[in-house]
Amino acid sequence: MAEITTARMASDLVSSSMAPKTKEVINLDQLSLFYGTSQALKDISLKIRENVVTAFIGPSGCGKSTLLRCLNRMNDLIDNVRIEGTCEIGNQNIYGPDVDVVELRKRVGMVFQKSNPFPKSIYENIAFALRLHGVKKKNELDDVIERSLRQAALWEEVKDRLHSSGLGLSGGQQQRLCIARAVAIQPEILLMDEPASALDPLATAKIEELVMDLKKDYTIVIVTHNMQQAARVSDYTAFFYLGRLIEYDTTLKVFTNPSHKQTEDYVTGRFG
Amino acid sequence: MNPHDLSEPLPAPARFKRGRFDMWAFLFTGATGACTYLIITILFVILGNIILNGHSNFTWRFLTGGADKGMYDPATAGVLPMIVGTASRIILMTIFVIPIGVITALYMTEYASSTSWHIRIIRGAVANLAGVPSIVFGLFGWGFFLNFIGQNMDEILHPGGASAVWGKPALVWASLTLAVMTLPVVVVATEEALKSIPQGLREGSLALGATKLQTVLRIVLPQAMPGILTGGILAISRAAGEVAPILFTGAVSYYPELPKLLTDPFMDLGYHVFILSTQSPNIEQTRPLLYATVMALLLLTFVLNIAAIIVRAQMRRKMRLLQ
Repeated sequence: MAEITTARMASDLVSSSMAPKTKEVINLDQLSLFYGTSQALKDISLKIRENVVTAFIGPSGCGKSTLLRCLNRMNDLIDNVRIEGTCEIGNQNIYGPDVDVVELRKRVGMVFQKSNPFPKSIYENIAFALRLHGVKKKNELDDVIERSLRQAALWEEVKDRLHSSGLGLSGGQQQRLCIARAVAIQPEILLMDEPASALDPLATAKIEELVMDLKKDYTIVIVTHNMQQAARVSDYTAFFYLGRLIEYDTTLKVFTNPSHKQTEDYVTGRFG
Repeated sequence: MNPHDLSEPLPAPARFKRGRFDMWAFLFTGATGACTYLIITILFVILGNIILNGHSNFTWRFLTGGADKGMYDPATAGVLPMIVGTASRIILMTIFVIPIGVITALYMTEYASSTSWHIRIIRGAVANLAGVPSIVFGLFGWGFFLNFIGQNMDEILHPGGASAVWGKPALVWASLTLAVMTLPVVVVATEEALKSIPQGLREGSLALGATKLQTVLRIVLPQAMPGILTGGILAISRAAGEVAPILFTGAVSYYPELPKLLTDPFMDLGYHVFILSTQSPNIEQTRPLLYATVMALLLLTFVLNIAAIIVRAQMRRKMRLLQ
């Protein structure tokens, strides 16, 4: 296996070779999801650790994005979705009867594949959620907005034009604005659905740097199509295929010594 | 040979030579152009006819004068009560129809599942409502608003009153009838505007822990405002020229005072054109008056539309600054 791993990937993996064994914060147990009668996720059991980056990889249609959207109940927006099994976050089943979805989404933030800044100013993009959650004072807003933009490595680029439109930023900047917007309300978990797939290599590198930086403060789950990206940024990797979790281990193990033939074929580029 | 080698000249493109005269292309182009110009010609003939025949009587005195003396005499007749009546019924209708239409469209696009059977029924009902002849709305308004709601209000609010207050033709009933008639226009325009808003914006807002209501009010609705105003403009245009729905519900042939209360009847420009052309003792003498009244109606519709278009343009400009 080691000889077919590219030299590039091997060097990427060095950074993530020591996957920390932190506390498990997300606990999926026998989770299945149906769109009408077709089953998109099959009996997924998975424990995700705190303050690490966990990557979901797999070919298109394998269910990785669907699973990610289960974690903040974004699938609720789609008609005809049925979910079985449990998904515990901080020891509470988020599909339980007494769950406040709004509160859940405050604690589990999300960054989407296609950057979606609101048609408002940069400042208002971040202030929107802060105001919803009770931050009203101007100086308090200013502080949190600056801190969030710094966290998203965007402050230096936009500090002089906070009140111009968020839609006037470049693609990579828009995505970092969306990250700033998500971290402003200080979630515990940050879900990222292929956050760099629409970006050029430089912007992608910035986002990846940011992801590795943000794991100090957040538990990050990232869906990616890009194997190098998964190898570079993640500590743990879960490989999905046709709605099943095939393999879940440290990124080093998944990429250098996978236990399953399918994983090996996928990470070495034989299919997918 | 390397197909990308451009050093050798390409062979002469014999097949690009112009072929025979294409009769069908010529005829079709001609026909499309002719139809377009026909429409413009018709419009100019109508407007030209009205202006030619009416301009001599279209004076400031005519526009600001009352209808109390010599309604059929060009020298004394004025149309101020009709202008105020028509403008009031249109503005009131807009106030009634926009909230109801927008809320209906919001329910259909944001709340209800788009495939559910009751949404299909509502959508079908809206489409059918748009196809109902306007006189039927007039009868509906007379039966429902005036006779049912109006008379019941009288019984409750003024028991034993000698004359009807609400149960008679009134500005409010005419406006409500027009609002029912123009409801489909507003619903459809708002729905289109809501559908064109990217789903990503809604998801982005919800993912930040906004409630559905906060998302709708702060992210979705502001984006849909220009589309909603387009619906309003279409509703105004449709309602301005309608006479049938207000025939039994509010417009009267003679009420020289300006309408002040919601329960007042009113004179209407469109209805007045009908009155002038059928009730005048001297048709020839009244003719310029008739055309001038039509001019006033067209101008009023134009002014109300322009007002709405200016508001929409400002809103679009404000949104463009953010894009």
